[in-house]
Order: sequence, then structure tokens, then C-alpha cells
Amino acid sequence: MSYEPVIGLEIHVELGTNSKLFCACPAEFGAEPNANTCPVCLGLPGALPVLNAKAVEYAVRAALALNCRVSTFSKFDRKNYFYPDLPKGYQISQYDLPLAYGGFVEIALEGSRKRIGIRRVHLEDDAGKLLHEGSPQGTVAEAVSSLVDYNRCGVPLIEIVSEADLRSPEEARAYLEELKSILQYTGVSDCKMEEGSLRVDCNISLRPAGEERLGIPVELKNLGSFRSAQRALAYEVTRQAEILDRGGKVARETRHWDEARSISVSLREKEEAQDYRYFPDPDLVPMVPDPEWVWQIKTSLPELPQQRRERLVNAYGLSPYDAAVITASPVMADFYEDVVKAGAGAKPAANWVMGEIFRYLKARGLEAEDIPITPGHLAELLSMVETGTISVKIAKSIFDEMCDTRKEPRELVRAKGLLQIGAEEELVPVIDGVIASNPGVVADYRAGKERALGFLVGQVMKATQGRANPQLANRLLVERLAL
Amino acid sequence: MVSITREDVEHVARLARLTLTQQEVQVFTRQLSQILAHVDTLRQVDVSGVEPTFHAVPDLVNVTRPDVSRPGLPVDEALANAPQRSRGYFRVPRMGKEE
Amino acid sequence: MSELYRLSVAQAARALRAGEVSPGELLASYVERNLEMEQLTHAFITYDPDRAAKDAQEVTRRWPELGWSVLAGVPAAIKDNMCTRGLLTTCGSRILDGFLPPYDATVVDRLTRAGMVLLGKTNMDEFAMGSSCESSAYAVTRNPWNPGRVPGGSSGGSAAAVAAGQAAYALGSDTGGSVRQPAALCGVVGLKPTYGRVSRYGLVAFASSLDQVGTFTRSVEDCALVLQVIAGHDPKDSTSVPRPVPDYRAALGRDLAGLTLGIPREYFEVALDPGVRRQVEEAIHDLEDLGAKVGECSLPHSEYALSTYYLIAPAEASSNLARYDGVRHGLRSSGDDLESMYQNTRHQGFGSEVKRRIMLGTYALSSGYYDAYYLRAQKVRTLVKRDFELALERFDALVCPTSPTVAFGIGERVDDPLTMYASDVLTVPANLAGLPGLSVPCGLSEGLPVGLQIIGRPFDEETLLTIGHALEKHRPLDPEKRGPLYRPGGDPYVL
Repeated sequence: MSYEPVIGLEIHVELGTNSKLFCACPAEFGAEPNANTCPVCLGLPGALPVLNAKAVEYAVRAALALNCRVSTFSKFDRKNYFYPDLPKGYQISQYDLPLAYGGFVEIALEGSRKRIGIRRVHLEDDAGKLLHEGSPQGTVAEAVSSLVDYNRCGVPLIEIVSEADLRSPEEARAYLEELKSILQYTGVSDCKMEEGSLRVDCNISLRPAGEERLGIPVELKNLGSFRSAQRALAYEVTRQAEILDRGGKVARETRHWDEARSISVSLREKEEAQDYRYFPDPDLVPMVPDPEWVWQIKTSLPELPQQRRERLVNAYGLSPYDAAVITASPVMADFYEDVVKAGAGAKPAANWVMGEIFRYLKARGLEAEDIPITPGHLAELLSMVETGTISVKIAKSIFDEMCDTRKEPRELVRAKGLLQIGAEEELVPVIDGVIASNPGVVADYRAGKERALGFLVGQVMKATQGRANPQLANRLLVERLAL
Repeated sequence: MVSITREDVEHVARLARLTLTQQEVQVFTRQLSQILAHVDTLRQVDVSGVEPTFHAVPDLVNVTRPDVSRPGLPVDEALANAPQRSRGYFRVPRMGKEE
Repeated sequence: MSELYRLSVAQAARALRAGEVSPGELLASYVERNLEMEQLTHAFITYDPDRAAKDAQEVTRRWPELGWSVLAGVPAAIKDNMCTRGLLTTCGSRILDGFLPPYDATVVDRLTRAGMVLLGKTNMDEFAMGSSCESSAYAVTRNPWNPGRVPGGSSGGSAAAVAAGQAAYALGSDTGGSVRQPAALCGVVGLKPTYGRVSRYGLVAFASSLDQVGTFTRSVEDCALVLQVIAGHDPKDSTSVPRPVPDYRAALGRDLAGLTLGIPREYFEVALDPGVRRQVEEAIHDLEDLGAKVGECSLPHSEYALSTYYLIAPAEASSNLARYDGVRHGLRSSGDDLESMYQNTRHQGFGSEVKRRIMLGTYALSSGYYDAYYLRAQKVRTLVKRDFELALERFDALVCPTSPTVAFGIGERVDDPLTMYASDVLTVPANLAGLPGLSVPCGLSEGLPVGLQIIGRPFDEETLLTIGHALEKHRPLDPEKRGPLYRPGGDPYVL
């Protein structure tokens, strides 16, 4: 039978504030264990939370960028459960009155657009981190004991809950990419999944095609990347479809994605259903955002990915695909536009950004923020190609070195003696040499085999280590062969 | 009149991570039943249309602090009260087979 | 000079300022008094005269810059649920065994700046859950008026210490009457300020929406002096109110003429000791004689206040006490794995009253019961609050007994939670409504003190002080009736 997957996503995003959500401890990543803790985030007796104004602003900004409505009244609630990474015995979250609700994200897939609803956006504090000792695989089950680091505890998070509007793993992936892009554009988070500043949980159920009623949802956790999420969902579609085909019933459960084995594994059912006993946190007062303030944030939102894509298509003549690739990260898009502003052609700049820059970063596991060269340097390199000072091939050959050393491209080309041979008197002896040493090919050419010319040009390029201007080499070859 | 059973008491004790002896279960079942019977008088009150009072000071809203970070406690102070610690971490017993 | 401990805060401050005594001499008198009294009262969990001596030296060193502070050099005691940096803070519980806070509560910090000489941390019902000081894991504090009686609770240690002359003033906390009731039972002045008037930062939470730090003093004037220092906005407590702090001493000595006092009918319909009723009624007559206009009023939802309180407070407590899990501080019991460690630690660390309330509160918040219990209680709370708002539109303050009885016998109510809870019936409503309440001694019954409770409008502690001060002058506790500071032939407050 054919089934339709119904997918909803819950995304947790760490906000890029200086301090934590409820205390002044630095919210930075990578400090020594427990170096960024205080009585408040350690949950010491008597300590009280005070809300970080910037975190609220960031959350509102993100919510508005996701087309949400900001609640006129919202509050913090305690979510009570015991876990060693949760020092107070409760998480401060938002239950029935979230900060914002009712938004959407538009995704484009195979040329068609679709709106994915955002049910709610709320603020909450992050938990600490656990390390499992005495276990070779670092797994919980085998550990002798666990170590707790509360540095991350109290870092502000927003939870973004989508409607169950996604109908395929590909849509889920596209939604994730778009969401990440929007969040990066608003500047509220770096969205680095490898540092845990963006985390994804999925809910997925299957129903027979055409059926209205929803199937039994399964929750997927431990999705380390968007690719993992897509693969885990695809796996889950197959797994659930097999169960349903057999006439079986999908178990309502949480499953853990094992990326190495490419399977999802059932987490043992908890003995009892969780009962979080939510209630309003008496230590924190309600948030009643001033509509004027919300309006100011709304009107000061930066250009968002979709607007920017459209602008790049219109202003630079890029294809929608190229525009989408370049604008996924705001930093990359800024870089691209700066290269063009520095004098490069829009199309070559796009090709270079999507080609060499992406390749360079990917090979080194770097992000757009880490682009080592200035837009000016790339524009200069492209202009040398444009004017025939160097060939494309040479430009590509020195690109990595230019990135690694951050030297000016012109200087690098000069120092390495790579300037193109554009002077006839320099190239003629080389051409004559090539003609002399390839009598057979020359004969073929003279007999009318046009293709033989290409071989000879190649030989000229080889003899000059690629420095010959190919157009000039071509013209001179034709001239000399005609003698 | 509500009645609270031994099972209720055991369930609540589990939620609250309190191990109770059999005798405590018995005593609490009786005492909690008495207390709940007493507080059951609240059912007589007409609360339709009444907003709850979660905070004693109602007009206090939007209390925030500026996003300025300050160093926290020195690590040894943060860990000073820990029953067990190891290499700058708090240490807890193994977490069993559950997640 | 050996009986300097008899001086009120105001008197001691004057003597210190005049150079008649030094902080060291004043402290020495308290240390001597404690040698005699502590074995009778068991008022302290941690009593540390050496530490106090260092405080006294420090105050002496800082003397020139402490000119502004009347509290400078005056020995004090603090309830053991307020964090004191590097000084044991147990909340009367085993589960906080050995806990040395790395920080000071805001009130402690303010008093330290004002030159406090801290004698120690006082005994209390475990996590402030109790009305007799008997649920402490460390000791049973005794009422200095009669050691067979309880001092009240939960701040019984602070009340007893001030009553017995073991400290000049003390801080307590009041969630459902824990300052006012022991003040009444020990014959001292106890103030629970308006919710939000005093910072809760560093006060170990029991029920966060009800907790408020309060004062124990031997006179209303002293109460004004201590409140002056601890009151005020604290950016570390989101529920502390940014409102200017008036000059509380200016409220003392004002005329009662023109003030209107309401007598809430329902507060006299509960089972009051005849002696308590008589003393309170006489005190109200005295206030009338002093010029106040007295009239009856009604707080119709009073009968539901106790039930409301005993749902809200345990619910908040069940969450507040989740952090005692053996991971970061205090007791850890052994266990094969995390779950058994949690369970063993909490089983061994908490006493039965605390367990009872955690159970009750967890139940009230649990799935399927939240609406019927917790949410309904918060709605009834609104009605209780509204009753007060209406009454306080007509009256400047309300007057009633603080406790329905005088100090009861040790052990009398421990096995009967409902009777114990009923001790708070007259005090919990003010907590539910967030209002200030002052208990002032107004006479004796069965040779034990009776307290008059004055409840005021939000942030109007001044009116309470005005009324309390007038009553105290007009109706002092008869020194001929044996109190703990009694000395044959002498006024206890005069050298």
C-alpha cells in the first residue's frame, strides 16, 4: 500500500547572547568544565532567576522572522523532572502561553512552494552536559559513573515547533535548511549543530494515502545533522510502512537514530509516562511585550533569505538555484555581494563562490564565517582572469595557496612567475617548437582534421605550464601552420 | 469526597523520587486522604470567571536584566559542596539502562 | 554592665554611639547570656561566638564609616534558611548537611554592610514547614517563657533567641505565619513585610509566591530600624518591587486619631483561646481609646484560606525541593545507580513533615489533578485577596489575633498534621494576599504571651508600625508576669 508520511519538527536553538537566560554567567561554548557557573545556574538553594532582556528580544526577532504573532501575555512555567543535568529539578520553559505562535516558513522543493506552519516559539533554559565514564563507547548503559558539566546549563534556547505539515523527508530537510537560514539572517544564533546550538527532534507517522486520520507518531532523537534527520526519516518511513504492510501496529515510542549503523533503535519504554507537573514559575513575572517595541523589532528585521534570493535573481541575473545556494548563509551572501561590488562579474563571482569557495571550506570543515580571503582579493583574481593576465586554470591552481597565505593574488602570481604569456614574440618560438616536434599531427591538420589543432594548443599550454593565453596560442598556431 | 489509594501514594512518591517504607505508605495514605478531604471544601467555592493569582504582586511584569556577562564562581567554589567530584566535574552514579 | 543584652536595638545603638559601650562589650554580654540560655532554648543550629567576635572587630575597625547605621555592632541571629557565605546553612534539614553557601543572601549582605555582628543561625522547622519548630532535624527549640511549650514556628529559633535575650534582633521568614506566629508565642514583635518589599535572593525557597523575609525584635521601634535596612528593591529577585523605601522611624509616634481599623468578623469565629480573645479585644479597645475608629468587617472567604494555602504552598515546595538530589550539595546516600541514589538521599535526607508536603504538592500538580487542586486553589486565592482589597478600601488596617492559642505543649500536635496546620489559620490569609502583617505582644494568657496581628495595605508597613508602636507604649507586657527577660524589681528594657 502507499502511505503518506506526516512529519512535524521540534527545533531547539541556542540564542547567541553574552550571558545565560537567567544569570550573568557567560553563555560561551567550550570553556573548562563548570567554569561558567554560579549559584543561579547551579540551582543552589536560595538563588533566583532574572530574565535576560536580550534573550527575549532575540526570541521575538526570530519569531517575527518566522511570521509568528507575539503573545500579548506570556509566562514561564516549571517543567518538573529529575535528571542530573537539570540542577533545579525543573526546567524553566513555557507551557500554555508561549512567547509567540501561529507562524510559517515557506519552502521551495522541485520548483513548487509550500508553507509549513509554525505552531509556537517559546523560550527556555538549556540543561547541562553529561559525560559517561568507564564506558569504552561512551554509552550510558555501560558507564560506571557520569560526570556533569553545568556550563551549558541556563543558556537561552528557543524551541520552534512546526505544525505536522511536512510530507516527506525531503520536505523536512528543506524546512530545516530554510529555518536555519532565517535564524542566521536574524542574527539570533550561529546554528552550529556540531556545537549543539541547533538540535532537531522529529515526530513522524504514516497514514494510508488519502486517509485523513493520523497514524501513531514516533519521536526521533539524536539527529546530528540535517542529513541525519533526512536519512532517519526515510528509514522510519520504510520501517513503519513494512510494519503496516504486515498488518502490524506501529508502537508509540521514542527512537534513537544510530548514524553509524544507519538505523533507528527503540529507547526502552519508560516505566511510567512522564508527568512534568507544569505550573507557572513563581520566581518569574509575566512578559507583556510593548506592541510598539515588537513593531520596532519587526520593522528592523534584516532582509530575509527569500527576499535576498529574489533580489539576487533580479539584480544579478542569477538562476534561482544559484541564488538559493549562495544565500543559504547570510555571511556567504554578503561575501558574494561584496565580491561583485569590488568589481567582479556577477556570474563568474557566483561560479567561484559556489565552486572554489565551497570546495575549500568543505574540505576543511569550515563555515562561511571562516572564509579566509577578502572579497577584494577574489575580485582581483577574477579580474586577472577577465583581462587575460592569468588563465582560469592558473587562477584555480593558486586559489588554495591564496586562501592559506592570505597573500594578494597579483603578488602571488608575480612571485610564482605565472603571468600569462600574451606577447607574440615570446610565444612564437614555443609554437614553432611544437609544430616541429609533432609532424604527424601537423600533417593531419593540414589534411583537414580540424581536431588536430586542439591537440597542438594543448601541447603549447603544456610547454608553457599553462601560462600561454589560449586564444593567442590558437591564433598563432593557425598562422604558423598556414606558412 | 476524594479517596487516595496506596497506589496513588506510591505513584506520587515515585514522581517525587521519595522511597517510602510500607509503614510510611500506610500513614501517608491515611493522612493525605484526611488533608485532601479537608481541602475538598474548595469545591464549594464558585470560581467561575475568576482569574488565578499566581503572583502576589499583580502589576509586576517584564522584569529583565541587561545582557551583560560576568565571570561565575571559581570552579573549586562551584564544586566545593559536591558530595563527589572528579576533574572539575560533578560526579554521579551510573544512570542505569534507561536513557 | 553585664546585662547589656537587655538593651533594645535602639538603646544599644545609642549607647554604642555615645561611646558608653563597645561592640566587643555588647557582644560579650550576649555571649554570656547565651551560655546560660542556649541550653534551655536550643535556639541556634549554628552558634559561633568566635565568628561574631571577628564581626565585632570588623565593625570597630569600620566604625567611622558606619555612622549611618544604627544596627552597627548590634548582635543578631539569622534563621538557618538564609544563605550565609561560608557559614553552615541547613534549613533545619539533614539533606543540607554540611552545606556552606558560596554566597550571601541579599538580606545578609545588607545587614553585613550595616555592621551586623552575627551570632549564628537559628533553629527552624525543616524547610520552614511547621508551626512549632519541632520538625527540625537538629533540635527542638523551647519557648523561653516556658520550656515545656513550643516557641511556635517555623522561625521558632529566631523568636526564642530574641525573647530570651540571646540576640538583639533576628531575621525569620514567613510563608504562612512563620514570623508572626512564633513572635506572638514568644512575646516579641514580628513583622512579615509586603510580598516584594524585601528581597528573597538567598532565602532558601519553601513556597516562592508566599515566602517573605521578616524581622523579630523586642520593640516596634527596633522593627522599624531593621526593616529600614533590609527593605528595598533587589535586581537579583524578579519579584522584588522597585519602590522607594520610606523612613520607617518617622511612622513611630504618629497619632492614631483618624485611623480606621477593621475587625474581620470571621477571625473571631474560629476556636480562639478565651484568654487570647480577651487580650486581643482589650487591645482593640485600647487602640480605640488612643483615637482609632474601629469597625467590623467581613472577609467571607477566610474559611477557605487554610485549604488554599495547604495546596499552593506544598505544590510550590514539591518543585522547590527537587534540587535536593545529592548531586551538587548536601547529603548523598549511597546507591547502585542514579535512581537509587536519588531515592535513598531524599528518603534519608527529608523528615516526615517535608515528605508529607512534597507528596501533597506533587499530587496537587500531577496530571489530572492540577485543575481540581492547584489551579482551583489559585483562583480561590484571588477571592481571598479580593476580600482584603475591599476591606482595606474601608479601613486603614485590620486587627485580629495572630494565633488562636498561646504556645502549646511540646509534642502536643506533632502526630496530627491537621491540628498543626490549623495553628496558621489566622496568618496564612495575609501571605495569600501578599499583605504586610505585624504581630505585637498585647498581653498574657495562662502566663504566656498573646499577639495582636495588624494587617495592612500593600507596602504600607508604616501604618502597621504606627499602630503597633502606639499599642506597645500604651499596653506594655507586664514585667511582673514572668517573662524570660524578667528581673525582680526592674523594667526589662532599662538597665
